[in-house]
Amino acid sequence: MTANDSTLQREKYDVLIIGAGGAGLRAAVEAREAGLSVAIICKSLFGKAHTVMAEGGAAASMGNVNDKDNWMVHFRDTMRGGKFLNHFRMAELHAKEAPDRIWELEMWGALFDRTKAGKISQRNFGGHEYPRLAHVGDRTGLEIIRTMQQKIVQLQQKDGREFGDMESKIKVFAECTITEILKENGRISGAYGYWRESGEEVLFEAPAVVIATGGVGKTFKITSNSWEGTGDGHALALKAGANLVDMEFLQFHPTGMVWPPSVRGILVTESVRGEGGILTNSLGERFMFKYIPDVFKDKYADNEEEADRWYLDQDNNRRPPELLPRDEVARAINSEVKAGRGTEHGGVFLDVSKRIPAEVIKKRLPSMWHQFYELAGVDITKEAMEVGPTCHYVMGGVEVEPDTAAAVGVPGLYAAGEVAGGMHGSNRLGGNSLTDLLVFGRRAGAGAVSYVKSAGANPVSAASIKSAADRIEAPFSRAGGENSYSLHAELQEVTHNLIGIIRTRTEIEEAIVKIADIRNRSKNVAVSGGRLFNPGFHLAFDLDNMLLVAESTAKSALLREESRGGHTRDDFPGMNNKWRQVNNIASFDGSQVNIKAQPLPVLPKELFDLFDIHELEKYMTPEEIAKGGSN
Amino acid sequence: MARTLNLRIWRGDANDGGLKDVKVEVNEGEVVLDVIHRVQATQMGDLAVRWNCKAGKCGSCSMEINGKPRLACMTQVASFDESETITVTPLRAFPVIKDLVTDVSFNYKKAMEIPAYEPPKDLAPGEARMQQVDVERSQEFRKCIECFLCQDTCHVIRDHEENKKSFAGPRFFIRIAELDMHPLDMLKNRKRTAQEEHGIGMCNITKCCTEVCPEHIKITDNAIIPMKERVVDIKYDPARMFAGLLKREKRS
Repeated sequence: MTANDSTLQREKYDVLIIGAGGAGLRAAVEAREAGLSVAIICKSLFGKAHTVMAEGGAAASMGNVNDKDNWMVHFRDTMRGGKFLNHFRMAELHAKEAPDRIWELEMWGALFDRTKAGKISQRNFGGHEYPRLAHVGDRTGLEIIRTMQQKIVQLQQKDGREFGDMESKIKVFAECTITEILKENGRISGAYGYWRESGEEVLFEAPAVVIATGGVGKTFKITSNSWEGTGDGHALALKAGANLVDMEFLQFHPTGMVWPPSVRGILVTESVRGEGGILTNSLGERFMFKYIPDVFKDKYADNEEEADRWYLDQDNNRRPPELLPRDEVARAINSEVKAGRGTEHGGVFLDVSKRIPAEVIKKRLPSMWHQFYELAGVDITKEAMEVGPTCHYVMGGVEVEPDTAAAVGVPGLYAAGEVAGGMHGSNRLGGNSLTDLLVFGRRAGAGAVSYVKSAGANPVSAASIKSAADRIEAPFSRAGGENSYSLHAELQEVTHNLIGIIRTRTEIEEAIVKIADIRNRSKNVAVSGGRLFNPGFHLAFDLDNMLLVAESTAKSALLREESRGGHTRDDFPGMNNKWRQVNNIASFDGSQVNIKAQPLPVLPKELFDLFDIHELEKYMTPEEIAKGGSN
Repeated sequence: MARTLNLRIWRGDANDGGLKDVKVEVNEGEVVLDVIHRVQATQMGDLAVRWNCKAGKCGSCSMEINGKPRLACMTQVASFDESETITVTPLRAFPVIKDLVTDVSFNYKKAMEIPAYEPPKDLAPGEARMQQVDVERSQEFRKCIECFLCQDTCHVIRDHEENKKSFAGPRFFIRIAELDMHPLDMLKNRKRTAQEEHGIGMCNITKCCTEVCPEHIKITDNAIIPMKERVVDIKYDPARMFAGLLKREKRS
């Protein structure tokens, strides 16, 4: 059905949430509990969001395993992990609120693994000073998504009892893709999209939209992300007039599967290292000791004996270097492979079999055992795994106001979770994502509620509907145009080869030209077949989003002449404290992405004072140190 | 290592359809979902298939492979004979939308009918104390990735549309069992409603669901049988029946 039809499906809600992963569902709960009506859009089936893939755990300084932990330690770890490029306020809110968000899940029925005292157990993870990750074996994300899915059902049952219709106030719209966020008079008015099943179109009218669409991994060739990670929210926000912050920062998770080729990129959880797994090269050398950067020398063991002792006595020994932040481990693996010390299939070895008894491995890492046994024919209780870096997470994302998750510059638009930027700086610590979803999902929901209560409805105009509908119809009217599958594969080659884990000026410039060329040709994508569940048609729209993401990443990467976190420049190998003072802000002018540098908010005195001054000297300029925080 | 595979794919929609033969390249280590994707990218751009994670964690790519309910992402091509034709068809227990995609909304409706978790009223956040051994029983069922293969294979509904109304299916029996065994859940009568409202009595424990579960959850032994036993305890316990009789007499 098209816009000109009076049969166009129209749905009206107070708050529209795009994305049904952890952040979207948490925002939905918040908005519904505040009394508003909520629509949740799911690109796939309900409960399949990428959050289910999160394995290791959710970081929250509950102090259940080591009572020295508190929000200040967590805040410091997060800032260090992000190399101080994080928005301090987001990192602060996250560290302070994460424990409440975990306990709240427990009140909703989640069953985390327990300590002996019966509290929620917490495990070690890269970059976290104390055991901090609440977990359920190695399927923590599944537990979180299922708990919230069931919380939504609980709210629906309550509405059913009160209003006679379970779906009267909160409804999940599965297998729906949003192609455009709509604005009238400069403010959000709704969104337009199509049903994946039928191909027919749908209009959602809502004065507030929360984007919670997750990441961009499918822009890259080797990724741990599912097909949904096509940067939809990033692109929708850009086109709606929002900014993207620091899109050059991509996290390559150090341990993805490398063999067989069909599973290349699938995640091997960091818990394998948290539980004692070690990394070795083809010479059998435990190589991570060679790659401890100066800024981390006082926290990580430089010899095997001390590293091994740490597992038994964490107070008197430094941590094993396998547990350095992800960017460091990924670069180290990359260097070992490049130096010819990689495995037969271009990875390194990760081994738990020699350190942990078989039955413990199966209990603590059940899905890893399963995954390697069934997909690679490897029994990880007996043999080493082969692993290498895989594109896992985008630190960059929509520029938001930390307290409300409101997108800067677009009244009525909110963003939370992976699609939002700032929280993780240049590199995210493992475990911080799941609590990021909960903390800022809740804040986005609350932000949208207070906006709707003051702003009221904002009807969508016929002109907006027509232009959104025309765009959806276009690929069907072309014959003999480009194939979206081939263009996608071509884009993935460009990003992988030219703006992947290691970058250099000439290659980034080449990428920018090639991405522009693919984008140009993508305007001529033709779709075969009809509208009924047609993946070729779906990909045509996803591709458009990935191209905008790739352009933002390439252009931001070109400007940032330093190496920091998830951005490594071969031609500028070190960190540069001048560059720590700026964020790269991407905006869209209707034809291309433009980047401008914007000063980073200054750390306020009370947060500045949480750090040892000598540590700050590694990241800040002498002038900043002299100022000692903003107040 | 590449060779050519004979693949037979069911193509069609709610009105009409049939098996189509294609030849497709297959490489070492590939799973059935890989070859379906290759067909999609090179021969049939509009071939409909659901998938998400491609790592056996989301339960989206459920289909029938040589007649057996399976996840396409966890089924190695090498597990079949080289000369064998691999036939992929949509889940039979649910209505076809297109090609390998079926309408699984039945399951989401059933999910909404299971009464939600009910926490203890006076428990403050962070104060819950549970022992690992006590949460493990429910944790087994919470491993469920909602692939609905157990629902698809269950003969109570597989070829009996008429039973769907009164039968929640194995996926939701483990959901009820999980809540029933949850150390803190306060809602009473879950076992009784499993029988009276969700049709657990119709299950005659042939264990087909357990066999197809990609998470290896012991659906029948650990959830359905204990629930049935407890239902029997409650409903047919002579002492309780006698007490019930007395109550009724009193009322009259």
